[in-house]
Amino acid sequence: MIKLKNIYKTYDGKPVFENFSLDIPLNKTYCIMGESGIGKTTLLNLIMGLSRPDKGSVEGVPPKISALFQEDRLCEPFSPVSNVRAVTGKSVPQAQIISLLADLGLEGNENIPVLNLSGGMRRRVAIARALLAQFDLLVLDEPFKGLDDATRERVAAVILTYCKNKTLIVSTHNIRDVALLNAVQINL
Amino acid sequence: MLIALALWQIISTCIPNLLFASPWQTAKSLVSLLGQGSFYATVWFTLCRILLGFFLAFVLGVLLALLAGRFYVAEQLLWPYMVTVKSVPVASFVAIAFLWLSSANVSVLISFLMALPIVYTNLLQGIKATDKKMLQMADLFKIPFLRRLRYIWLPSVKGYLLSGVSIAFGLAWKAGIAAELIGYPKGSVGGELYSAKQFLETADLFAWTVIIVLVSFITEKLISLLLKAVIKGVEK
Repeated sequence: MIKLKNIYKTYDGKPVFENFSLDIPLNKTYCIMGESGIGKTTLLNLIMGLSRPDKGSVEGVPPKISALFQEDRLCEPFSPVSNVRAVTGKSVPQAQIISLLADLGLEGNENIPVLNLSGGMRRRVAIARALLAQFDLLVLDEPFKGLDDATRERVAAVILTYCKNKTLIVSTHNIRDVALLNAVQINL
Repeated sequence: MLIALALWQIISTCIPNLLFASPWQTAKSLVSLLGQGSFYATVWFTLCRILLGFFLAFVLGVLLALLAGRFYVAEQLLWPYMVTVKSVPVASFVAIAFLWLSSANVSVLISFLMALPIVYTNLLQGIKATDKKMLQMADLFKIPFLRRLRYIWLPSVKGYLLSGVSIAFGLAWKAGIAAELIGYPKGSVGGELYSAKQFLETADLFAWTVIIVLVSFITEKLISLLLKAVIKGVEK
């Protein structure tokens, strides 16, 4: 179980968490809900160990973490396949990468530099990269940003197939995502 | 170009030929030089030495910049050396180098010393400008060093590296020839410049200057093209 105990955290001088505690049992899907600026990304960063609490502790985080960040953080001059390879190396077969990209609706764009792709396409490349990295915990920060409803459903289905028996934590402000991912809702 | 030539011609009519050769005299001298077998050996002699110094500076500059980019203490330790190399006048280096090396090899050391801080500083600047969020992503995914180099650092530093290489080669070339001019090793471009000046062969002096500019321009373009091709190959 991931345990956040008595967390205090300020961001840009503003207190985001004051004596905040949360238990997250493993191997389930969670949607962290809350309006913009409430601290969803800060919470995800604390769980991933990318930022440290001013006070309090984060325990029980699985060692293998994969993530989709708030920004895509892609290697711009490289293709979607190369972006996945940057993370996986040769441990994942080329066919599997291409198949996943196709499942995410990116067929025909596998070898185009990502800087030439649209915002929604780039988001899906970042999702593919996160799904093909080895993980026990997958953290997705606003995964459906810039995606239309049909693509959102398609992408959600793919994410769920890769997260069976693993812990998935998604931040969103869209209540429909909870049902789409069959997730436990956590309100901030 | 035509305007510059016209201006050169006008100026040359106002100044005695002994002090300022005309474009026509320079062209004649240039053709005569190009017809001599020793001309190519002379250019080759100088080019090889300056390229060797530049290449050594490039390799060491890249390695040191990577080290300094990775370890702050290395940057701090290297800082006084780089500042010193950048600040000391070429003439001082040349004078010291003559104590240690034969005049034929001084240009290797001088071009090395001129290029090293430029390659190092530019590359380090590029490494420091690398997006911290991309590095955070690499840390999270535990991307190994060589893949970080290829996918994150190279795209970030390539602009800095290309401009650094261009500036560094220009400086290395100029300083290398200045070193030859002071030490005038036999069969070097600097040595030929010195002889032309000694015997007041102004047209030859101008012709050699034109050659220096042309060789520098062509070599710099070739180095940039080669580096761009290597970067493109790595990014494929």
